[in-house]
Amino acid sequence: MLGRLSWSAIPFDEPLPLLSGAVVGVVILAILVAVTIKGWWPYLWREWLTSVDHKRIGVMYLALGLVMLLRGFSDAIMMRTQQAIAVGSAQGYLPPQHYDQVFSAHGTIMIFFVAMPLVIGLMNFAVPLQLGVRDVAFPVLNSVSLWLTATGALLINLSLVIGNFARTGWTAYPPLSELAFSPDVGVDYYLWSLQISGIGTLLTGINFVTTILKLRAPGMIYFRMPVFCWTALAANLLIVAAFPILTATFMMLLLDRYVGMHFFTNDAGGNQMMYVNLFWAWGHPEVYILILPAFGVFSEVVATFSGKGLFSYRSMVWATLAICVLSFMVWLHHFFTMGAGANVNAFFGIMSSIIAVPTGVKVFNWLFTMFRGRIVFQTPMLFAVGFIVTFVIGGLTGVLLAVPPVNFVLHNSAFLVAHFHNVIIGGVVFGALAGINYWFPKAFGFTLDERFGHASFWCWLIGFYLAFMPLYALGLMGMTRRLEHIPDPSWQPLLLVAEVGAIVIFCGILCQVAQLFVSIRTREQRRDLTGDPWNGRTLEWSTSSPPPAYNFAVLPKVETIDAFWQMKRTGRTPVAPAYEAIEMPRNSPAGFITAFFATVLGFSLIWHIWWLVILNFVAAVIVVLIAGWSIEREEEISAAEVAQMERAGRRPA
Amino acid sequence: MTIATALDRTLTAVPTELAHGRGGGGPAPKRIVVAYGFWIFILSDMVMFSALFAAYAVLSGNNAGGPTAPELFNLRNVFISTMCLLLSSYTCGIGVLSAEREQPTLFLVFAILTFALGAAFLFIEATEFAGMVAKGAGPWRSAFLSSFFTLVGTHGVHVASGLVALVYLMAQVRTHGLRPAVLRRLLCWSLFWHALDIVWVGVFTLVYLMGGH
Repeated sequence: MLGRLSWSAIPFDEPLPLLSGAVVGVVILAILVAVTIKGWWPYLWREWLTSVDHKRIGVMYLALGLVMLLRGFSDAIMMRTQQAIAVGSAQGYLPPQHYDQVFSAHGTIMIFFVAMPLVIGLMNFAVPLQLGVRDVAFPVLNSVSLWLTATGALLINLSLVIGNFARTGWTAYPPLSELAFSPDVGVDYYLWSLQISGIGTLLTGINFVTTILKLRAPGMIYFRMPVFCWTALAANLLIVAAFPILTATFMMLLLDRYVGMHFFTNDAGGNQMMYVNLFWAWGHPEVYILILPAFGVFSEVVATFSGKGLFSYRSMVWATLAICVLSFMVWLHHFFTMGAGANVNAFFGIMSSIIAVPTGVKVFNWLFTMFRGRIVFQTPMLFAVGFIVTFVIGGLTGVLLAVPPVNFVLHNSAFLVAHFHNVIIGGVVFGALAGINYWFPKAFGFTLDERFGHASFWCWLIGFYLAFMPLYALGLMGMTRRLEHIPDPSWQPLLLVAEVGAIVIFCGILCQVAQLFVSIRTREQRRDLTGDPWNGRTLEWSTSSPPPAYNFAVLPKVETIDAFWQMKRTGRTPVAPAYEAIEMPRNSPAGFITAFFATVLGFSLIWHIWWLVILNFVAAVIVVLIAGWSIEREEEISAAEVAQMERAGRRPA
Repeated sequence: MTIATALDRTLTAVPTELAHGRGGGGPAPKRIVVAYGFWIFILSDMVMFSALFAAYAVLSGNNAGGPTAPELFNLRNVFISTMCLLLSSYTCGIGVLSAEREQPTLFLVFAILTFALGAAFLFIEATEFAGMVAKGAGPWRSAFLSSFFTLVGTHGVHVASGLVALVYLMAQVRTHGLRPAVLRRLLCWSLFWHALDIVWVGVFTLVYLMGGH
């Protein structure tokens, strides 16, 4: 009846996951009760859960990413603590099979459910505004993307209390991830939650490529797009080209596990190297999917807070596109040691070094933008400066790892762990935090508290260096990654420093929570009445904060790059324009309903509850057919309403 | 707003040289946006197939002592099914053209023909699969057969869902008529159907012609 699901799936013998699961459960329950008592459900349903507005969807992506950051971070601090105390004869507090789940969940969550939602959330919020249009190309599809991502996050969190998670690391290499060696549901949780959220991400990619290439304000030719839109275009092209590879690869592993096929098994001619190749043919573009939008955020932030146009816009664009193409030619550097041969290793080593060149171009462009600028050190700018220094260090250790002979020594060592945290925290996380601080006033109509913003920056920066610089040294001293027990006591001092670093980062996260709390409480004093709190350069600052549902009552006419800056310079403001009725897509529960079916489908597949799989599939198909039957999906905001909303929204500066 | 005034507006808004060819003419009309997005989706589907093709290329020799490709493939049947599918693209094309010329009856005739040809293709494929499984050459026999069944089967699943969508669209044409929204869906569906042909040309060449001897 319930497939493999039984009471034994709940880890009563392990108090830690059960306790944390209980705490999360109580918090969720409390929130649900509060929402019910306050009568907020209709508002939530109408304005958020069924919203197809790209700004709302962006905010929900960001909220998902930040909540999952807490989950991923608790995994991190558990690992740091275990490594700091389980030295020599001490065994620490986490048994090996639990520790293995923790590091697997940490990596999976941080990449797929923290970094991706943060980056996609920022793109959702900012790209249509920067392009000067009213929404993305497919607003309902956008909502479906969000909810599929949320489904994946939900499934991965369920594994905490029902069953267990993969013990394979976040890459799930076979043959370890095959049924013969991972017979329980852990790997299935991993595969299905990533398949489901991966489809959501792919749809996002399709949506944004179409939006950026086909929907831009009049006059916005390609070489007038803000750099963030360029980087978003590159990232979404990479999503479209890379995520299907991941889908196909996971499909093969699933067929191995569910149908008994032999793609990656030890017997009957399976080939494990093929999994590794395919995984990284997706995986390396994936890191650029994450970092390119962060580069875009920094380009916007550095230009705005230096009061200057970006230095060498065109070289920035070409560097972005070069990275986009080159990112598909370096994947083998993730497994130099697997014996592809000297010539192959040499090719990929050289390509990996070459990709540092366009990145270097970008760094110099940011530096020259700041040169002789009037720099204002608001929180986003602090993150940008911290990023430039930190990312250069991470990039250099990356070039070091790209040299195959060096890689043979450092492969899978703590040095590698330090390197990719260096670029992901110093690049992607700093970028996301800069972007959140930068666009928050646009999204909510009031600025974030600067004191706590600065404090969180310094905690993140110092905490990062304390946590990961020791790992570089430990890697050179011979420490490998994923150790649940430290055999060499001489490593302990540095591991203790790393533990302190993790705690400092935790203080940074606390500062952010405090920042949000304080800013909301004092929002009346920090209202952004002009819509342009930073003296911005791009079109999103030309509309009110928060923008109306339709973003722009009249689509702006673009004549240069930094279109809004030019409008301010020439004093060209939209005076009493003739408003027209605006067609807007209607709210749609499609995303939410999709998430419901996807959750049930994923769960029943993981636990082999076949009748539920079939029932769910049939029901989903019927719902899709019914939903697809209707023709009209838009509603109109009349010209009078637009005029009224514009008068209300645009207060005098 | 007529097309002429819309055009006029666009042209006065931006310099003429920007309105043509370099994408400065403002947001594209919905029909173009939808078809464009669908092209990108097809592109992503092609990438997925290319991963499956790559897997087949790597594993096609790994038959683990089991049956090999020349022992299993019946090129005559595959030729017939290939012809069915290619012909169905032709009828699909004519069907969509007649839909665009607002000839719903002609469209329905060609849609039914397309459906019949697609169903024939699927029938031949299913028979082939069943025969192989009966001979003990199922997908669990060897890595070669795993990759064969997955590549060809994924294409087959695409064809099957294409047929379901076709029936659905025929029903929509009957009830809603050839409205712009229905026409957009038809256009997307025909893109999908033609793309499946392209994938099949790859399958026919790489799997059957190159492996059948």
